Amino acid sequence: MSVTSIATPTKRSVVVTVLRSVLVVFFAFPIVFMLVSSLKPDLQIFADLGSWRAFLPVGDVSFANYTGVFDRVPFARFILNSVLISGVTIALGILVNSMAAFALARLRWRGRGLVLGLVLATLIVPFETLALPLLWWVNKLPSFEADGFSLAFKQGWLDTYQVQIIPFIANAFSMYLFYQYFASIPRELDEAARMDGAGWFAIYRTVIMPLSGPAIATVAILTFLPAWNSYLWPLMVVQSEELRPVMIGLQYFFQLNTSWGQVMAYSSLITIPVVALFLAFQRSFINSIASSGVKG
Amino acid sequence: MAITQQSPTPSPSLSPPTASPRSARARRGEAGAAALMITPALALFVLFLIVPIVLAFALAFTNARLISPRPPEFIGLDNFALLFTDPVFWASVRNTFYFAVVVVPVQAGLALLLAVLVNAKVRGTRFFRTVYFLPVVTSMVVVSLLWRFMYQQDGLINKALQSVTFDRFTPVDWLNDPAWAMPAIMLMSVWQGVGFTMIIWLAGLQTIPGELYEAAELDGAGTWHQFRYITWPGLLQTRTFILVTITIAAFSLFTQINVMTQGGPLDSTTTVVYQAVRSGYQQLQTGYGSAISLVFFVLVLTVSLVQRHLTRERG
Repeated sequence: MSVTSIATPTKRSVVVTVLRSVLVVFFAFPIVFMLVSSLKPDLQIFADLGSWRAFLPVGDVSFANYTGVFDRVPFARFILNSVLISGVTIALGILVNSMAAFALARLRWRGRGLVLGLVLATLIVPFETLALPLLWWVNKLPSFEADGFSLAFKQGWLDTYQVQIIPFIANAFSMYLFYQYFASIPRELDEAARMDGAGWFAIYRTVIMPLSGPAIATVAILTFLPAWNSYLWPLMVVQSEELRPVMIGLQYFFQLNTSWGQVMAYSSLITIPVVALFLAFQRSFINSIASSGVKG
Repeated sequence: MAITQQSPTPSPSLSPPTASPRSARARRGEAGAAALMITPALALFVLFLIVPIVLAFALAFTNARLISPRPPEFIGLDNFALLFTDPVFWASVRNTFYFAVVVVPVQAGLALLLAVLVNAKVRGTRFFRTVYFLPVVTSMVVVSLLWRFMYQQDGLINKALQSVTFDRFTPVDWLNDPAWAMPAIMLMSVWQGVGFTMIIWLAGLQTIPGELYEAAELDGAGTWHQFRYITWPGLLQTRTFILVTITIAAFSLFTQINVMTQGGPLDSTTTVVYQAVRSGYQQLQTGYGSAISLVFFVLVLTVSLVQRHLTRERG
C-alpha cells in the first residue's frame, strides 16, 4: 500500500463529513426555527432573530400559541377532515386499483393490452391541466343529499366531502405499481388455488393481496402525501369552514391572523404527525419515493 | 420496488403462455371476473380523467363560465387570440421558463451531490439522509408560509445576513422586490424538493455494481474519474426520469405563488398555472382558463418529449 492510497480516503471522508454537516444546517434550520418560534410570543421571536436564540427554545417559552390555534379556528375539525379524506382515499384507492391491477396482471381477456396502455398513457398528464375542466365538470354532476328521511337531489358536487375524495380514488400510478408487483408473483400459486376450486375473487383476496404488503404500503404512502398536502383542488371546491382540510385551514388561519407565533404553531401541528410517520416508517417512505422512479 | 425493477416490466401486449386445454366456459369465467374487477377503476377513470381530458380540449374553444345558466358556446380561437395579446400571459410564460431553467439544473445537481454524499461509506449516513429528506414531508403550504416569514424585511434571513456582515448588509424586502421575488421562491422550492430528487438518484446509484468501483480503484482512478466514467454513464435512465419529472413539477408552479406573492410584485412571479387558476376559478372564466391550461399541457408535453429525445441521443 502506498502512502497516497491511505491518505486519500481519509482526506475524502473529512471533506464528505464537512459537506454533509453544512448541508444539514441548510436543510434543518428553517424547520428548527419553525418549531422554536411556535413556542414563543411574537415579541420574543422578533427580539431573538439577530442571535442564536432564534433557534433555541429559551426565554418566555410556552404552549400559548398552540392553545391560541384551537381558540381561533376549529382546528380539530380541519384535522378530522383531512384524516377522513386521506383515509377514505387510501382505503378505496387500494381496493379499486389493486382489483384492476389483478385483472390486468393475472387474468386473460381481450383488450387487456389496450387498457393497460391507455392507463399508462395518462401518467403524463399533470393534474394542473385537468383542474379547471374537472371543476366545471363536477359542478354539473348530480348529487343526492339525505335530508331527514327523504333523498334530496341537487346539482353539483362543490363543497362536499365526496368531491375531495372520489376523483382521486382511481390512480394510474397506483394501478401500475400493483400491476408490476402482481406480475412478479409466481403464476403457479393461482393454478394451485384454481385446482382447489377457488374463484378468481378468492384468489385475489386470499392469495395475491396477502403477499403484496410492500406494494400496499407504497401505494398507501404515495396516496397519503398528496391527499394530506392537497391545496389547489380544495381551494377551488371547498367553501364551508366545516369541510376544510388542514392546508386550506392554514391559509385561512394565516389570513385572519397576524401572529406569526400562532401560524408557526399551526404549521408545527400539521407537520409533526407527518414527520413522526416518516420517522416510524422510514424504509417504506424511502422505497415509495424510489419506486416512483419506475415511471420513467 | 426500486428502479432496478423497471427493465423486466412485462410488455402489456404479451399474453401469458396459453395454459393446457382449458374449457371455453373457464375462459368466459375469467373474462367475466376481469370485467367485474376492472369496472370500478375504469368507471372512475372515465368520469374523472377521460372526461376532463376531453373537456380540457373542448372548453378551451368555448365561452364556458363556471357558474352560468347558459350552455357554453363555441367561439373558435377567440380565447387564444385574447391570450396571445395579453402581456400578463406572456409575463407568466417568461416567469415559468425562468423558474424552470434555474430550478431544474440546480435541484438535479444539488440532489446528485447529496445522493453521492449519502451513498459514501461514512458513518451517520442514515441521519444525514433523514435530515435532507425532512423538507419533502413538510407540506408546500407550510414551507411557503415559513419562508414568507423568514423573507420579511425584518425577518430571519435579513437579520442573519446583517449579523454575519456586522450590519453592513442593507435588508432587502425579498418578496416585494421584482428582481428578488422569483429567486427567493426558487431557493425555497429547491430546499423543499431536493430531498425527493436525492432519493431517486440514490436508487439509481445503488443499481451500479460495486465491483466497477473496486476495479477502478485498483487501476488508480481518482474520485472524479470514477464519477465521470462509472457513475455518470450508469445513471442514464435515472437522469432522464429526473429531468422530466422536475421539469414538469417546475412548470406546475402554483402553491408557492398563491401563498407568497399572488403573482406580484408587478407580475414578476405570476406563472402559467397561476394565471389559469386566476381566470378559470377566481374570475369564473372556465373557457379562457382552459385555454391557458391547454397551452400549459402542450408546453409540458413538448419539453418532456424533447428532453427524453435529447438524453437518449447523447447517452
